[in-house]
Amino acid sequence: MTISQLEITHDELKHLVSERAQTGETLLLNMGPQHPSTHGVLRLLLELDGEIVVNCIPDIGFLHTGIEKNMEAKTYEKAEVMTDRLDYLNTMGNNLAYCLAVEKLVDLDVPERAQAIRVIFAELQRIASHLVWLGTHALDLAAMSMFFYCLNQRERILDIMEMCAGQRMMTTYFRPGGLWRDVPAEFVPAVRAFIDSFPAEVDLYEGLLDKNPIFLDRTKGIGIYTAEEGIAWGITGPSLRGSGIAYDLRKEEPYSGYEQYDFEVCTEDAGDVYARYRVRMREFRESLKIVRQALDKLPGGAVRSNNRKFVPPPRAELGESMEAVIHHFKLWTEGFPAPKNSIYMPVESPRGELGVLLEGDGGPKPYRCHWRTPSFVNLQILPKISKGCYVADLVAIIGSIDIVLGDTDR
Amino acid sequence: MKAELQPVLDALQSAFGAHISEFREQAKAALAVEHIVEAARTLRDAHGFNMLAGLSAVDYWPERQPRFHAVYEFKNIAQKLRLEVRVPLGGDEPKLPTLSEVFPNANWHERELWDMFGIHVTDHPDLRRILMPADWVGHPLRKDYPLGYEEVQFSFNFKEIDQRKPRPQD
Repeated sequence: MTISQLEITHDELKHLVSERAQTGETLLLNMGPQHPSTHGVLRLLLELDGEIVVNCIPDIGFLHTGIEKNMEAKTYEKAEVMTDRLDYLNTMGNNLAYCLAVEKLVDLDVPERAQAIRVIFAELQRIASHLVWLGTHALDLAAMSMFFYCLNQRERILDIMEMCAGQRMMTTYFRPGGLWRDVPAEFVPAVRAFIDSFPAEVDLYEGLLDKNPIFLDRTKGIGIYTAEEGIAWGITGPSLRGSGIAYDLRKEEPYSGYEQYDFEVCTEDAGDVYARYRVRMREFRESLKIVRQALDKLPGGAVRSNNRKFVPPPRAELGESMEAVIHHFKLWTEGFPAPKNSIYMPVESPRGELGVLLEGDGGPKPYRCHWRTPSFVNLQILPKISKGCYVADLVAIIGSIDIVLGDTDR
Repeated sequence: MKAELQPVLDALQSAFGAHISEFREQAKAALAVEHIVEAARTLRDAHGFNMLAGLSAVDYWPERQPRFHAVYEFKNIAQKLRLEVRVPLGGDEPKLPTLSEVFPNANWHERELWDMFGIHVTDHPDLRRILMPADWVGHPLRKDYPLGYEEVQFSFNFKEIDQRKPRPQD
């Protein structure tokens, strides 16, 4: 197929493919948006010379939902429901980024207990997200049983979320000023049971993959970028740590009390697919360490701020206090006002730096809420590192960058 | 605001006439649009801001002039510094020079600015829509773009709704 025969915007893409595509010497081929190995609705336009990728043009936006625009029409509390839908493998993390941004914008404090529970959930969510990454990544590289093992464990984390938030995935459990409600009594034993049994599972995964010759052949020396290239392209998270930069926002700019916990920022030097795999495998154990420490010193007390101008009063107060009724009514009909200024709040999501640029206009609705999502930025390096590799390796590279298309397209 | 950031802000102020402000311990520098590429190069080469962490825009229509602000987030990894640079852009069809020579990842961010705000990025290597379909009309994140909805087409009213749908203006 020559370029002129393609039913896409050919003229617009001429500058992105080589001249050989004009003569039909190389093949232009669509990969996706329904291809299972693109991890969602990512479309790649590939220029192929035999089985070698000459050029790769990512086409995103199939999952664009206009969340940033929609948030501008909701109050700060109601807009949070949409944050779950951005990166659907990191729902608690999105809630956390948004709540921290709102809290910073209006200068709202969060009780210790709520912060510790937030950290526990953020780390469990990181484990759950890495499990989906590992299962699908290994599945792409023909290790099918990994998918079943991983999703089986992820199910246990989703059960814990359901126990607390009432929802497996779309939790909206964190709220500006704290949590929706306190965790039930079964929460601590359930998390302890999980973190006690999960290290053996990680050993199992490593036993299946670390010395597996097929897996090693398909991951070592593939999709390499150096630390300098990674930084220049704005790569963050495990994808940058796989190139040897110990950049982790939980250490760099601690939030929610991450500075109290003892954990290691995992790095590998090779910068290839295998290095990024190793980083995430080690992060399983570091996340477990954080969860264990947070459980050990889980403080008691309230899980929501007492600042009634921003946080609705508990239901029980409504029957007794007129003031509580007024606050309840005002907050749920009108919302709370935020100052006419903007803040940028970055947090470490399982994929990298998740930043929220939140701007208020003095009213109860966000004037602008921009999501700097790690998948969007990290995906940009794909055309560069996939040049000259095999199509089969491209699948490994996409898996190793760990993109979520809901996060990319917003 | 961290003390290490002060010399950077002073340098931006003296070299490019930046207007400095601070909110919740985050520093912001407002720059004129003609200085942004040079300022980004200075930030990267002289002050160690080696990562463009984010780029987006805000539309202040109709209250404020100039209408748009392009918002750059720069990150200095070694010194753990962050700096927000805002570039006011006037007019309904503003122009912004590309930063992709300095930071390669500005490419997709600037395509998003064009797609969502209609900010024309000059000298951009690949200025196409990125999130919306290629034949989309309008720029959704502008404040004068209504938060609309799409009518559901059934077989009985397919043609009627199809006629009302926006078409590319060619």
